[in-house]
Amino acid sequence: MKQVTIMSGKGGTGKTTITGSFAALADEPVLADCDVDASNLHLILNPRVRETIEFKGLNVAEIDLEKCTRCGLCSRLCRFNAIHEYTVDPVHCEGCKVCVVNCPAEAISFKERVCGYAYLSETAYGPMSHARLTPGMENSGKLVTLVRQNAAKLAEETGRELVLVDGPPGIGCPVIASLSNVDAAVAVVEPTLSGIHDLKRALELLEHFGVVPSVLVNKYDLNMENTASIRGFCDEREIPVLGMVPFDENVTKAMVQVQPVTVYSPDSPASLAIREVWDAFISILGL
Amino acid sequence: MKLVVASGKGGTGKTSIAVNLALSVGARQVLDCDVEEPNVHLFLKPEKPSRKPVELLVPKIDEERCTYCRRCAEFCQYNALFVVGEAAMVFPELCHSCGGCKLVCPEGAITEKPRQIGTIIVAESRGMGLIYGELNVGEALAVPVITAVKEQAEDDGLVILDAAPGAACPLVETVHGADFCLMVTEPTPFGLHDLQVAAEVVKQLGVPLGVTVNFAGVGDQGVYRFCEREGIPIIMEIPYDRRIAELYSRGIPFSTEMTEWRGKFRELLDTVEAMIR
Repeated sequence: MKQVTIMSGKGGTGKTTITGSFAALADEPVLADCDVDASNLHLILNPRVRETIEFKGLNVAEIDLEKCTRCGLCSRLCRFNAIHEYTVDPVHCEGCKVCVVNCPAEAISFKERVCGYAYLSETAYGPMSHARLTPGMENSGKLVTLVRQNAAKLAEETGRELVLVDGPPGIGCPVIASLSNVDAAVAVVEPTLSGIHDLKRALELLEHFGVVPSVLVNKYDLNMENTASIRGFCDEREIPVLGMVPFDENVTKAMVQVQPVTVYSPDSPASLAIREVWDAFISILGL
Repeated sequence: MKLVVASGKGGTGKTSIAVNLALSVGARQVLDCDVEEPNVHLFLKPEKPSRKPVELLVPKIDEERCTYCRRCAEFCQYNALFVVGEAAMVFPELCHSCGGCKLVCPEGAITEKPRQIGTIIVAESRGMGLIYGELNVGEALAVPVITAVKEQAEDDGLVILDAAPGAACPLVETVHGADFCLMVTEPTPFGLHDLQVAAEVVKQLGVPLGVTVNFAGVGDQGVYRFCEREGIPIIMEIPYDRRIAELYSRGIPFSTEMTEWRGKFRELLDTVEAMIR
């Protein structure tokens, strides 16, 4: 089984548009949406949920005010500034348990909390693993790991050989979790100074974790000078540029119609370019 | 006033709006709280930058004193400590720096040492304070770096905070304690979905919010219907304009070339001030 992540440092460069199109172009894929706090892939793949799994993140401390002697030790020990006026602020509690074990009155309990849901679903293109983190919750990395495990399980059950992972933006914990043990990654970049800055950090991250990199320039015609500089940068480092996708209003139209752009308008400039990118990518993967 | 510019979805124009607003109204400080991929400094060139490390305290085990009782490993909720046989290991990148292992160790074998996870840069730009953070590549925890950026905020004057995309802990940390949150979205199904989750976070934190619709004219009406239903005011609309996109691609704040926008950003601030009064 091969697993590949579509990622980008910067948000909004077109990860989900590309992943959705790849889902439609691939031969029997399994899909995984690892953007668990602002997920979008389900909006174009329209999954039917078969199974919902509760996701428990870290526990949260809770003070029993009847037992509490108001000594204030918990609040002094808490490094997350989560205890004020003998009350735990669940938003800031990181579930470390320090207050629980050190309370001399044993007034603090450690409660499980549901931080979101993971879903196993069916789409027109294959089985899909996705999730919804309760807004504002911690531990998106842990939920991403669960989505990855569920996707691998779906691939095994259905005998499918390819898992397409839609990654979250940034370079922090959920991104790291979306890259662990993948065979390759496609970094989607737009030709802007921000895009280039963020691409460099994203490629550093891939190198740090030993993931095979490749690059796709989206909306390349927005700034040809920047596109040339991305190509030059990638050539110098021997990172393959899979292709370049032009700005195309069919991409937004497809989104409104809840469809991958390659399905909505197969002959549009963006779709033709994405198909070329896909062919280049599967040859790198050896599929 | 602390004004956060946030969005659920990435690439909707947070940084662009934060920078153009700051320049148009003459903010006291701009704080870039997207420490994973900071971009404000590409639009506001930093002058006189000074760099400060952001460190977390992580455990250090004195093998002479350690009896391998495993209490630290059993206590740690983040699996950052591992004891097997006569070996005790620390995985510093998993450590949240709660200090609990040091407290539970019966032998006093654990001390703490600082470990750098990122940097904050304190600078000036065009007469404003500019502070941004950089999480080291390969590090997982963005929140302590965001906290370090926010610690540089002045108490008075207009402080504009540019948030990271998403609706998880980085957004919570950035919005916590703010006076107002301006949510930037695009009028598409993706923009709507992510606006809904991010708005839920901001509401939970009790921070008043308004919406700016960027790339207006593309997509559909979902965002407008949502805002109307929820009673969230739409404070400004910026049409999709290729010239704005091109200026952005070159790192130029569009209001410096398209000066008619300065007045619109000043009006935006007036509206926000009236809302929180």
